[in-house]
Amino acid sequence: MTRTLLLRGMLVGLVAGLVVFAFARWTAEPQVDRAVAFEASMDQAKGESPEPAMVSRKIQRGIGLLTGAVVYSSALGGIFGLVFAFSQGRFAVSSPRALALWIAGLGFISVALIPSLKYPANPPSVGSPETIGMRTATYFLAIALSLATMTLSLQLARRLTRRFGVWNGSLLAVFLFVFLTVTLSSFLPVIDEVPQAFPASLLWKFRIASWEMQFLLWGTLGVLFGWLTERDGNTHTLVR
Amino acid sequence: MTQPIVGTIPRPISIPVIPLRELLPWALFGGLLMLLLIYFVGAEQGATSIIHGRIVHEFVHDGRHLLGFPCH
Repeated sequence: MTRTLLLRGMLVGLVAGLVVFAFARWTAEPQVDRAVAFEASMDQAKGESPEPAMVSRKIQRGIGLLTGAVVYSSALGGIFGLVFAFSQGRFAVSSPRALALWIAGLGFISVALIPSLKYPANPPSVGSPETIGMRTATYFLAIALSLATMTLSLQLARRLTRRFGVWNGSLLAVFLFVFLTVTLSSFLPVIDEVPQAFPASLLWKFRIASWEMQFLLWGTLGVLFGWLTERDGNTHTLVR
Repeated sequence: MTQPIVGTIPRPISIPVIPLRELLPWALFGGLLMLLLIYFVGAEQGATSIIHGRIVHEFVHDGRHLLGFPCH
């Protein structure tokens, strides 16, 4: 059964990847192109010759983006399937559709939204190459912390709801999650490497597009996975 | 009406629980493989490199930026 759920997650992830690619191609790529053009003009102004293009823009925004989106989404979908396999029957959500949507929602919050509030997505030309090591480390640390906070809050939610009732217990757990998130993220280093002349509207549009892509990805995962699992009698037949 | 809907306790027994023993190997190998894939899209040839050069980085460049990973 775990195998089925893992494979289903990957398959759903693949579909989500295609959806995300189509969306990104339509709304996000113009932003990337403008940012790349800005980078080139900055290099030119500094008198540096632009970096030799190893992979053409056409490939980057076509098959490259497709590969990135599909591989990332499928892998995330696989993990989603594994988390679903674990959560099934272990949480107070009995419908597979609802459980899948819950996992997708909480996953979006802890893997995509919270880390990006501290370290938002950056278009090309934002971020200096010297700090890539630090930026990569802090970004993954932010994801790990946010996931740990989510797991802890979910565990505590169980106890709190038992003690204070569903409404108050859940509110307390949410408060705890927000409090821990804010506290932990205040300890993470601030990184702001936006060039002075970089257009604010472009940065805004790029980051919004990045959020929309993540939302679309997790939304598709949750809805499709839940639908397929609900349809498949094997994984959720009533025991009695 | 004998029972208020609000008070209904969800019954986890109605859904098969996969025992951890059965789950673990899948989670370990599947999970590692998935994380490796995410690493290749999100971080390879940035801060760390398994494959020499810049080709992976340049190929998934747009996806990496748009999915929120640090790049360059």
